[in-house]
Amino acid sequence: MTEVQAEPAAEALRAPRVETKSLLSPYRDVLIALTVFAILAALPALSSSKALLDFVIRCAAMGLFATSLNLLVGYTGMISFGHGMFFGLGAYGFGLIMQRTGMPVPLAFAATLATTAVVATIIGSICVRLKEIYFAFVTLAFQMLIHSTILSWSSFTGGDQGLRGGIPRPVFLGIDLSNHVHLYIVSSALLVIGLLAMRQIAQSPFGYTLRMIRDNAMRARFIGIDVWRAKLTIFVLAALFACTGGMVMALFVSGAYPEFAYWTISGEGIFINMLGGVTTFLGPIVGTVLLLLLNDTVTRLTEYYGIVLGIVILFFAIGLKKGLMDFVVEWVAQRRGGAGGRG
Amino acid sequence: MLEIRGLSKSFGGVKATNDVTFDFADGSLTAVIGPNGAGKSTFFNLITGALRPDSGQILLDGVDLAGRSPPEIVRCGIGRAFQVASIFPTLTVQETMLAAVCADQRRAFVLHRRFPLAETRDRAEQVMELLGLADKRNRTAATLSHGDQKLLDIALALVLDPKVLLLDEPTAGMGPEERWRMIGKVRELWEMQKITVVFIEHDMDIVFKIAPMIVVLCYGRILATGTPDAIRNDSAVIEAYLGTEHAGAAA
Repeated sequence: MTEVQAEPAAEALRAPRVETKSLLSPYRDVLIALTVFAILAALPALSSSKALLDFVIRCAAMGLFATSLNLLVGYTGMISFGHGMFFGLGAYGFGLIMQRTGMPVPLAFAATLATTAVVATIIGSICVRLKEIYFAFVTLAFQMLIHSTILSWSSFTGGDQGLRGGIPRPVFLGIDLSNHVHLYIVSSALLVIGLLAMRQIAQSPFGYTLRMIRDNAMRARFIGIDVWRAKLTIFVLAALFACTGGMVMALFVSGAYPEFAYWTISGEGIFINMLGGVTTFLGPIVGTVLLLLLNDTVTRLTEYYGIVLGIVILFFAIGLKKGLMDFVVEWVAQRRGGAGGRG
Repeated sequence: MLEIRGLSKSFGGVKATNDVTFDFADGSLTAVIGPNGAGKSTFFNLITGALRPDSGQILLDGVDLAGRSPPEIVRCGIGRAFQVASIFPTLTVQETMLAAVCADQRRAFVLHRRFPLAETRDRAEQVMELLGLADKRNRTAATLSHGDQKLLDIALALVLDPKVLLLDEPTAGMGPEERWRMIGKVRELWEMQKITVVFIEHDMDIVFKIAPMIVVLCYGRILATGTPDAIRNDSAVIEAYLGTEHAGAAA
């Protein structure tokens, strides 16, 4: 059920498909990434709308988070309900390091990632051995644990007030993150680089190991794969990208709030994946854009935001049973001729 | 050589495998038969690490594998296929083969390169040709016919280049003609690959025709071992197994 290249038309193309794909696709992805970045970077020059740039920054934060969740949900079949804890960890970790130590931004960035990696390894080694629903619940439990810790340790984290007073951002390499356009460019760059890195993971031999585990973990064991180690590895990797999303968010709001570590963030991540679809790499990004658009328009129109969102969730979950990108892929496949290749 | 020494496994009070000792010679082809519930699948599950034996040894070229995990045992050279084809439904035949070779070459965790790796192609190609799956390479595994799914399952075991190949009912769920085709394939693989093959089979005609060596299990114990002729004339076997089932089922 994964990725775009499962065209039914491939039957006609025969063997060379794999050859040409492997030669071109890494460069193709880099090319697409560069093009997207160029367009995003040109945006401030074309439009003076601050709201538009804000929208892209929020998309970067949530998009990195949701795509990293798809590495677990869509590629490995691990439904985490607590992935938002790493988003929160990124926001708080980065905010606290900057406020307390005032170290250079890149260093704080790396330190936050390192911290998250350690925490994710510990939590992951407990969770990834568990099966489906137990994995979901225990990840959720850890999320609540981190959320409660943030709330109760108010001398360190600011408690329910959040991390206030702004995040200091010393200029580095000529980049001034207190400048809105600079922040926008850096966020776009992080989004593009993050997506490119996750795409590489998804298309690497390890990415196919993950697909095998999703499809049939027992069989994967019987061809010599250490399933537990593979699951832990992707759990930690996904946490790092979620953490990056959290850092972008912290920079955007210049602070960190307990909501960033609350279970609703994880829920939003799952919802984004349902909206966009988990069978394509870009599904979660499409879902992010949809959710944020929906969020912005609905809150402007009515105070009953939750009801509208709930109906949309039900429509996608029960009515369509698929995400938007799944439909796009099917539609493209049908136009290329032939019935769907996946039974 | 695969030597089984005093292998036992109980579930509650039931001795599913009871003190089984047998040597599978290198390059041999052995059929494991026995009535339903005789412990055939349990025997395979013990050898491959799916179950942990209560006692006994599983020696592959002198190394005891008893109690090790499935991935470890696979890497020591014991591959298996399953009674119900165990495959990766959303991967294509070719992707399945390439990914399995990756795992075999200890490259399942490679992150910095793109799938598929050039060095995995030849082996994947070879095994697809061997099992006649090459022209279905771009088919998604879930869309394959039952027989092809069984072949893909065997291909998954074979692609790892095992010393011992365990096939749990390769002909399960097949029609009479397809059965003979499948078992012909198994025999052909055994002759070409020079590996030790052990298979479970219910069809007595197939067993007596194909297998040079037969092991009869009954209530977890070895009832008899020997050539088809010896087994056919073994009174204990006739009584326990052939006398009741075979007389009516086969001509």
